Amino acid sequence: MSSRLARFLPWLAVGLLALFPLVESTFYMQLLTKVLIMAIFAMSLDLLVGYTGLVSFGHAAYFGLAGYALALMAPKYETVSLWWSLPAAVGVCALFALITGTLVLRTRGIYFIMVTLAFSQMLFFIFHDTKIGGGSDGIYIYAKPVMKMGDVELFSLEKLQNFYWLVLVLTALVYLLLHRVLGSTFGRALLGIKVNEHRMRALGFPVFRYQLASFTLAGALAGVAGYLAAAQYGFVNPEILSWHQSGAVLMMVILGGMGSLYGSVIGAFAFVLLQEGLSDQAWFGSWAKHWQLAMGIFIMLIALYLPQGLAGLLQKLGRKPAAEVADE
Amino acid sequence: MSEAILRTKGLTKRFGGLVAVSDVSLDLHVGEIHVVIGPNGAGKTTLTNLLSGDLPPTSGEVMFQGRDIAGCSSDHISRLGIGRSYQKTNIFLPFTVFENCRLAAQSRTPNAFRVFHQAGRYPEINRRAEEAMTAAGLDKRAGRIAATLSHGEQRQLEIAMCLATQPRVLLLDEPLAGMGPHESQSMVELIKRLTADHAIMLIEHDMDAVFALAHRLTVMVNGEVLESGTPDAVRSSPAVQLAYLGGEEILHE
Repeated sequence: MSSRLARFLPWLAVGLLALFPLVESTFYMQLLTKVLIMAIFAMSLDLLVGYTGLVSFGHAAYFGLAGYALALMAPKYETVSLWWSLPAAVGVCALFALITGTLVLRTRGIYFIMVTLAFSQMLFFIFHDTKIGGGSDGIYIYAKPVMKMGDVELFSLEKLQNFYWLVLVLTALVYLLLHRVLGSTFGRALLGIKVNEHRMRALGFPVFRYQLASFTLAGALAGVAGYLAAAQYGFVNPEILSWHQSGAVLMMVILGGMGSLYGSVIGAFAFVLLQEGLSDQAWFGSWAKHWQLAMGIFIMLIALYLPQGLAGLLQKLGRKPAAEVADE
Repeated sequence: MSEAILRTKGLTKRFGGLVAVSDVSLDLHVGEIHVVIGPNGAGKTTLTNLLSGDLPPTSGEVMFQGRDIAGCSSDHISRLGIGRSYQKTNIFLPFTVFENCRLAAQSRTPNAFRVFHQAGRYPEINRRAEEAMTAAGLDKRAGRIAATLSHGEQRQLEIAMCLATQPRVLLLDEPLAGMGPHESQSMVELIKRLTADHAIMLIEHDMDAVFALAHRLTVMVNGEVLESGTPDAVRSSPAVQLAYLGGEEILHE
């Protein structure tokens, strides 16, 4: 794969995806919307796992928190404006990530995994056991957020394809944002921290501040995904921030290939489509309800034979030199 | 003689009941190489860790340009202008030689926290990275992945990264470890060249290199300074010969 082609491919993908609603209707468009939302979520986690060297097992906390933020901000019988509710939900997540980050970043390795899990479980039980978010039943979001200019609705998100396009645009924006950030001096420092944290400190980098900035950004972007997910499903319940969700997004990142942004997107596609496919009774009959078994085997095979994930497989097929990380 | 740029007084480090470094006082001056020798376990690397901030001292002072920096974090100490190299090669193996040096140089740039300005577009950082590579003799290896370098080149890279941070004080922990005679020779030349603008503390086992480089020599045994002075004075000290060399007269060539 020549580098020019590699640069062109994401745009081609966005273009093709943008045309998708013209050929397909409800079911697959909804599925694809879900895939793209998960792609944003996976990219936000990859910033931590693949680029900062922090394996978080509680990333659903930020995803779910944004969902709840939308549900709580939306008036019951009226619509809520996207213009302020999205930034507000993302802001809440960034703030929560900033606060939890200052605590969890004092730990490393297995302890970091456990403490991030603990924080997300805490949030889970706060929403599960109190009335704030309707307890275990959750809250319905009766109407999608609206994009209004003055009194005129620009773009009705109640229409499936409009919502789909919004999600697609946001996915592309998050990709571009992370691409820029990772190519900056800040991004290079994060990679350095991932590879050799001790040496970075000895070179004079205030490692904690870099990690905290990365953790906060990752939390905020997970919030973008969580907001969109809640808007798409029309309800939130504690499951949205359960550890299953944290595990699923971690699997997407591993499946796609840690440390590769488009890998995270591919991972989200592979995971959601596999989940749908394997649990489809029309294809697998009574085996369908054991889809997690097949998924588990698949993930294990990837981990064993493709440690660089599906992105690594693509690179191998294109015979692109693997070690071009830090030099462009 | 000029005022010492780095001076320790009564520096001590205890690990539980073990005193790894005990009451060590020494001076570093710009233009001078202060070599610290001693048998394994004498506390040389621990001493380096105390000076670089990798470990906080239990007691004692570390004065750098007149202020006490004992207990400061290693990134803070690095930014003050004290650079170190590691006994066990400590570099970014998956990165190119240039990126290793570029990152080191980037650490000196106050606005490196800028999130959108692309990393390659800081001519000042790139220039300093290139200077450091040239100084360490690695300019022909710029594009190589660090993991593929020879052991000796990795040791050179270790020094180059240190130089790219533009330190005033260099703490070099066994830079010659595991090097062949030819590589050792060029490393000795490199350290000699650096002497003019740096205060250097060198930990070394290779006696040829030690006597080729030392302006001042300190012998440590069991965490304590046994003897300190000019190389000739230390060489002829009976205490050193007895304790450190077990009576053998290696120091007499």
